[in-house]
Amino acid sequence: MYRYDEFDHEFVKARVAEFSDQVNRRLAGEITEDQFRPLRLMNGVYLQLHAYMLRIAIPYGTLNPRQLRMLAHIARKYDKGYGHFTTRQNLQFHWPALSDIPAILAELASVEMHAIQTSGNCIRNVTADHFAGAAADEIADPRPYAEILRQWSSIHPEFSYLPRKFKIAVTGAERDRAAIQTHDIGLHLKKNERGELGFAVYVGGGQGRTPMVARKIRDFLPQEDLLSYVTAIMRVYNLYGRRDNKYKARIKILVHETGTEEFSRQVEAEWAELRDTELRLPEADIEAIEAYFAPPALAARPEGDEAVRLARLDSKSFGDWVDQNVFTHRHPDYAAVTISLKGIGETPGDCSDSQMEAIADIAEKYAFSEIRVSHEQNLILPHVARADLKSVYDALVEIGLATPNSNLITDIIACPGLDYCALANARSIPVAQDISKRFASLERQRDIGELKIKISGCINACGHHHVGHIGILGVEKKGAELYQVTLGGSGDEHTSIGDIIGRGFGPDEITDAVEKIVDTYLDLRLDRDEKFLDAYRRVGPAPFKEALYGAESKAA
Amino acid sequence: MKVLTGNRLTDGEAVWYSRDGRWLETLAGAEVAEDKPAEERLEAIGKAAFANNIVLDVEMIDVDLIDGEIVPLRLRERIRAAGPTIRRDLGKQSRTGAGH
Repeated sequence: MYRYDEFDHEFVKARVAEFSDQVNRRLAGEITEDQFRPLRLMNGVYLQLHAYMLRIAIPYGTLNPRQLRMLAHIARKYDKGYGHFTTRQNLQFHWPALSDIPAILAELASVEMHAIQTSGNCIRNVTADHFAGAAADEIADPRPYAEILRQWSSIHPEFSYLPRKFKIAVTGAERDRAAIQTHDIGLHLKKNERGELGFAVYVGGGQGRTPMVARKIRDFLPQEDLLSYVTAIMRVYNLYGRRDNKYKARIKILVHETGTEEFSRQVEAEWAELRDTELRLPEADIEAIEAYFAPPALAARPEGDEAVRLARLDSKSFGDWVDQNVFTHRHPDYAAVTISLKGIGETPGDCSDSQMEAIADIAEKYAFSEIRVSHEQNLILPHVARADLKSVYDALVEIGLATPNSNLITDIIACPGLDYCALANARSIPVAQDISKRFASLERQRDIGELKIKISGCINACGHHHVGHIGILGVEKKGAELYQVTLGGSGDEHTSIGDIIGRGFGPDEITDAVEKIVDTYLDLRLDRDEKFLDAYRRVGPAPFKEALYGAESKAA
Repeated sequence: MKVLTGNRLTDGEAVWYSRDGRWLETLAGAEVAEDKPAEERLEAIGKAAFANNIVLDVEMIDVDLIDGEIVPLRLRERIRAAGPTIRRDLGKQSRTGAGH
């Protein structure tokens, strides 16, 4: 993974010193909250319902054991013994005191981490496919480009005060596991017919109150033009993006109001001025960054298949876990492992300090010291020899993280919701927990097959409900929680925004509603191979409305 | 009926303004404004406390008195007063004698 050079160390150290001084002046009453707020946000510090919240950047979701151990240490020393992995591959602590944040940031800097640009109207943490560098279907590793974008965008003087926040995601495979079409800029790393690397460029995707699927404005951008082209997009946005209305300030609104063709024309015109400037990436620079992401030396371990076969005979639960949480690696002797942070009835994305330390140990022993955070709020060990899968499984069982539910109905994304968040209108986590308990049976989950439920506690959609196969949005109506259901959303290479299905459900009704939707699907699917999303796309909302609302749906 | 609440500057802890002029970590001892003049007086105290960097996110919130206990009308405020509903071991509800 990327290692800080001297410049990076100095830069982060200087920022820690600067922000520590700002915190101290704030605590001493020398600066007002109105002055301090934009400063703390640029350093990842929010105020939530019960306490401050610190959001720590995990660039493209890549962590090493030393960093994970530091997060465990911070959780234990300064917080309440756990952290929350987010849909932007970051980690949040929900209880730090403002007065401790300078010390926390200094500790983070010692392991090459920080919280810069995890909030504010700037370019946020660049996210990527969590199986980057490991997936069998990958054309090239997207992380070097994410890192180049990170370096370029960090305190970029021109793009630190954008009309609104800005999110970039990169994938290097045809199968989109980074949800690039729901980002302000989505980059799909691919090869052209001459075998050269470049990007399909998508712009203007996003969720929130106005969900939109990104538009492709370029089918192939040569890799050396990455920064000049992205700069051109940013310039058009920075110039024409709305600053008069927060709710219309994202680039998706600009693209929508301008029209894709005209927006694209403006970008190309800007790019014509920038293309042959210092922003062109020299081959040597790309290679230098790529070197940091060189894959580990994966020695042949052909005994893996036999080891897995034998271990399966011994343990059905191991077999279940292999079937569900083990992903095909580009090397046949290896696998990528999903560590589910979605135990039945647990809080999606939460991980305790001792679990973090244990995962760091496992990664060191069996996974070439690499850990990833997925936007689906799980952790990933990208390179594990198949021969070691049983040992990894046993170690995960010890810490209660061997739930075999990756991509199943209990692998739910949920934002912190009203249990923590000052913006939320309704709780998300208890809804996720109830659904998880209702569908606890693995046999039932596997019969249902791939089904992604995503839950947000407000219209800002941190829980990605718009792209859930079943999306749930919590709202407040007459002082009570109400949950609106959307169906047919998807955040992959065939991204779609879910359809609102009808009137909402109370907290005591929502799990029953989900069960009705699932039962309806099971009744109408052509066969076991027709997944929920495919069935929904085939039949549309009518049968589901009928199941949920009966005669009422026909009258509507 | 309303009470005055905010989050403490130093650690973000949710606090309520009490009858004896302190910012308490529990809702139970909060001063309840039952008429407009009382509300206005509390609002002014809140503004001053914000300006003096004692609390932030200052708000007057609606409450009921049920069997002598102050109960916020909105779930949001009930959660602020107790802690996350999914972790009873966290927040004010985990402390002896606090929460509901």
